[in-house]
This record gives sequence, C-alpha cells and structure tokens, in this order.
Amino acid sequence: MAEADTDAPADAAERELTMSRAMVEAIAHEMETDDDVFVMGEDVADYGGIFDSTEGLLEEFGRDRVMDVPISETGFIGAGVGAAQEGMRPIVELMFADFFGVCMDQIYNQMAKNTYMSGGSVSVPMTLMTAVGGTYNDAAQHSQTLYGTFAHLPGMKVVVPSTAYDAKGLMHNAVRDDDPVVYMFHKRLMGIGWMPAPEGPKTGVPEDDYTIPFGSADVKREGEDATVVTLGLHVHRALEAAESLAEDGIDAEVIDLRTLVPLDTETVVDSVRKTGRLVVVDEDYESFGVTGEVVGRVTEAALDDLEAVERVAVPDVPIPYSRPMENEVIPDSSDVEEAVRATRE
Amino acid sequence: MFEDMVTARRYEERLQEEYLEGKQPAFDISAGPIPGELHLAAGHEPAAVGVCEHLRDDDTVTAPHRPHHVAIAKGVDLERMTAEIFGRETGLSSGKGGHMHLFDPDAKFACSGIIAEGYPPAVGAAMAAEKRNTDQVAVAYAGEGATNQGGFYESLNLASVHDLPVVFVVEDNDWAISMPKERVTAVDDNTKRAEGQDIPSARVDHNDAVAVYDAAEKAVGRARAGNGPTLLEVQVHRRMGHFMGDAEAYRPDAEKERLDAIDPIDRLEERLRDEGVDGERVDELRDQAEERVEDAIEFAKDQPEPDPEAAYDDVFTNPPSGVTDEEPGEEAISAGGDD
Repeated sequence: MAEADTDAPADAAERELTMSRAMVEAIAHEMETDDDVFVMGEDVADYGGIFDSTEGLLEEFGRDRVMDVPISETGFIGAGVGAAQEGMRPIVELMFADFFGVCMDQIYNQMAKNTYMSGGSVSVPMTLMTAVGGTYNDAAQHSQTLYGTFAHLPGMKVVVPSTAYDAKGLMHNAVRDDDPVVYMFHKRLMGIGWMPAPEGPKTGVPEDDYTIPFGSADVKREGEDATVVTLGLHVHRALEAAESLAEDGIDAEVIDLRTLVPLDTETVVDSVRKTGRLVVVDEDYESFGVTGEVVGRVTEAALDDLEAVERVAVPDVPIPYSRPMENEVIPDSSDVEEAVRATRE
Repeated sequence: MFEDMVTARRYEERLQEEYLEGKQPAFDISAGPIPGELHLAAGHEPAAVGVCEHLRDDDTVTAPHRPHHVAIAKGVDLERMTAEIFGRETGLSSGKGGHMHLFDPDAKFACSGIIAEGYPPAVGAAMAAEKRNTDQVAVAYAGEGATNQGGFYESLNLASVHDLPVVFVVEDNDWAISMPKERVTAVDDNTKRAEGQDIPSARVDHNDAVAVYDAAEKAVGRARAGNGPTLLEVQVHRRMGHFMGDAEAYRPDAEKERLDAIDPIDRLEERLRDEGVDGERVDELRDQAEERVEDAIEFAKDQPEPDPEAAYDDVFTNPPSGVTDEEPGEEAISAGGDD
C-alpha cells in the first residue's frame, strides 16, 4: 500500500528524538488519552525499561499504570491477554525476544488465536513490545531477531520500526489497533547510552500524534539498478551500502518493510518490476524466514521481471559471542554491497 | 445448583451418545456428528456450580479443556455452545473453536485447550477489574495436573503480590490423563502450595456441592471486597476416561473407584430430600434439564455447517487490507498480505 505518509511532515525537522524517546512519547500520549492503556513488564517502572522503552513513564503515571512484574513471562503476558480481553489496552514488554520460549503458549495459543477460535467474538487489543537483535556481543540467548518466528504464526501483527519517526507512528497505531501487535524494536537503534546507535534512527519527530498504517513499506532510497528489501537495523546498513555502491555508479533502491504482518508485497514487487534485481537482507536466520518469504512473494507475482535474487541473512547458526565470529554471521553493509553486485554479474 | 448439575450431567451423557455415533467399530476420531476430541467432566459438577452460583454475569471465568459443566454453571448459551461443539456456523465461535475453545463474551466465559494456560488470562481480567475499580471478580479453573505447570505458580504469585480479585479453582480428580496424582505431584493438597504463595486457601473433599458453595462464598466474597485471591481445591471424581475413546487401561480400578465414590448429584439429591424438597420437585428439575439439553442438541443439529471460505475470517478483529471478510481466497491465505 502506498497511502502511508512516508515522508516526515515539515515540522518534524524542528527536533530530533532517539527511537526510544519517540516510542515513549507515543505510549505516554496513548496513556493520557485512554485510561485503559497501561504498561506492564520486567523493569519497566523504576528502571524505565532495560532499553529505555518506558523511560520516564512511572513518574508521569504511577505504579498502577506502569507495573513492574515478577520474572514470570507466562504469568504477566497471559495477564495482558486477559486484561485485553476485558477491553483494556495493555502494553506488555517481553524484555528480549529470545525469552519467548518460556511464554510462547500465551503468545501464540492465547494472544494470537483467541480472536479466531472465538469466531471473532473476542478481541485482544494488546501490544507486546520486545527487544531484538545482536551486534553487541551478548551471545546466542540475547541476540536473536526472530522476526520470522513471530510473523509465521497467524493472528498477530508484527511491527519493526527503523527510525524514531516510524517508531512513534507505528506505536500509536499498535496501541489503538484492536488486534495483538508484536512491536519488535532493535536494541542498537534505541539510542541508549551504553549501546551507540548508527547514524539514521534519530530523526525528526512531530510533537503531535500520528499513525503510520501497517502494511505500508517505506522506500528509503530510490534507485534503478537493484531492489534491497530489509527492516530494522539493516535498513541503515543497506543505506550505507547503497551510498557506497553509488560511488561505483550502481543505483540501489532500499525498501524498509516496517511491518512484516501485514507485508507490503506491492511496494516490493513494483520496485522489482523496475530494477529486475532483488536482494533481501535480514538479521534473522536465513532458512524458513523473511528472506525466503519475500523472495517467494516476488517470484509468485513477478517471475518474468526477475533477473537475479540474493539473500543476505544469518547463516543458520546461533549468534556467537566473540566479536569476530558475531561480525562474521550478522550481515553488515559490505555483505549487502556484495550481494547487490552479485545480482549484476 | 441441582438443576445446573443435572443439566451438565445429562448434557455430557447426550454428547457422549452423539459423539460415538459413526465412530465405531474402529474408533475414528473425526467421524460422526461431533468431530475431534471430547473431554467430559461427569463427576466434576460441584466444582462448577458451587463456585459459579456466587458469580454475576459480569464476572469472568476461564475454564480448562474440560469445560462444559463450568460453562453451564456460568450461564453460557447452551444452544450456541452445542452448535459450536457440533462445528456449526451459528456456534459460539462460528465453528472455529470446538469443544475445548468455547468463548461466550456475553457470559464472560472463555477456555483454553492448553493445561494451566487459562490461569494467566484470569489474573489479567482481575487486573482489569482492579484498575477500573469495579468489584468484578475472576475465576480460573484448572485440574490438579495443571498445578505442576509454571503458569499456575506465576499466576498465583502475580495475583498474590497485587492482591487481585481472583479465585483459583483446582479440580482435583487424581488423574493427569493417565498419571495418578501421587506419581506426578509432590503434595497431596494444593492448599500447601497456596500457602507458599501467601494465598488463603481451602480444600473441599468428597465432591460435596454444598461444601463447595460455602467455601466459594468466602472466596468470592473476599475477592469482591478487594481482599485478594483465594485458592479453592475441590476433590472431584473423573467418572470418564480422559477423553472419549480413552480405554483407561492405565486405570484398572476405574469402575471400582466410580462405585466407591458417591455421585455428587446423588449426594445433593439426598440432601434436598433431607431438607424437605419432595421427590416430585426433584423429578421435575431432572425433566426440565433433560428437555433443555434435548432442545440444545436438536438446535445444534439443525444448524448449517460453515462455509469453507469462512476459514479465512476472524484472524484479526481489524483485518489488514487484503485480509477481509469480503475477499476470502488466495490473498487472504497469506494472513497479512496486503497486495
């Protein structure tokens, strides 16, 4: 869908926010306007969220609406489901996406399926917020993105912002949506002191609320020679690659998917019809994941226009701890650059 | 209470008959008018009626995968529930849920097919009541086998630490499918575990509906008054196999157990008679229950099966474009594709 307001309005330039500030601003706005919105999770109150995703909310809204909970994800994520079914709009944080294993039943059997199993008579307007991604040497249990796992299971919308502007607009949409939304933010993009962000995620953000429709991919850079489709941190790595390629006269188009469910196939296919070459970049494992899905959809829709396809993703190994090994498996801009070049050989 | 108990029992007897139709001689689980698994709760009735008698329409109940007795006690629409179990279009969930996944928002009733996983959402419902400052309560049901799941402890702890208005009901039938309680559960009595979570608790033995009623009165009253959660364990007897078709080879003394245990309906009937309710009135209640059950089953059988295309509906309350009720088909299969 192309109706999204993909360009930031003029007043956005007035101030820049980190991605975490933008998320918090949206949450605070929703809490001010709707008493049914509350936040629950581990270390979300006094600490403000390990990744600053709830920084400052406790002071503004108090403990009743910003709730620290025991380390028991099944219990409190399931409680979010129950509160949502009562018509509240809980925002529940699963600290790391990697921890889903201890509570996946509440996520995919209760949160995601109750609407369907009830024949539409039950809604679960809940936002499950979770941190994803590596690139900071935290090893295999704290570095996964797992986009594919969540997007694979029907019944939840899956959102992956890459900039502060998108983070705010997508959060407003997530909280207002009558369905469960999994909001996956990359730690490296949040702008926290102990984990420097790359150039890019800190953007202009309007003071007022605004929404970005789900299913509207953003063409971050227009180009004629190849289409690079990606999301999250790798939007910035792909843009870096595109700048480098441009020096050699290769003009790459970079598309930020912004949401995985729904997936904006149309924008991707339109681009491939123009460029003929597709590179999909993902920080998740390669097999059975986002790269395969995007390639599959483009192949179904535009096989004749497709001259070359490359996938860039984590090569099906757990994320290693040591820096050189982690750098090896997580794609960087040179991997993207190489893949784009490969489509032209 | 008696009326709901005999309705629940009669309902399960009739479901059993309907379920077996077409499934024999070689048991075929998907054959016959009621497809899939069927878990019956005959013998569990006091745990349902003794508690739900104290509940209002706006109180939430989450039931386990053996849900019919609780649904009837909570006032779930019997006709639409039966239509759901028969997989019909006008069922509670338009045929998408089946007997383990009954949802009736009007009766504020839900259940889950996953052991212990109805506990956390009940805590959430209680949390909503507390935040909105209403005096609604939530009741979570599970079997004693579920009390070894993490969700049980997490829910008790979370409710306890926040003093939430929730009543945890454990139906102790001594069996976790084929596992006798003593082989899989370290304590014989879950009030011990409740104590460990600083939650007041009570245990009712002998499947006695009146004793459950009395204990639940305190538990629900406590929750309603804002004094926090209670755990109520009720000894019940599983008069059936775990699921229909379960030959219970693991339970050689099943028949003897059933004979030894006093049927809770007989127990309550005796009590009614002792208190001067005449036999005619009892028979009348039984007849009414039977009629109600027959009507529901007849209603269900008359209902149409769902349109296969309806399988694409209801994935979302607010479907993304491309996933709409109007355009079922290939695009909708992608569940999220917007092209």
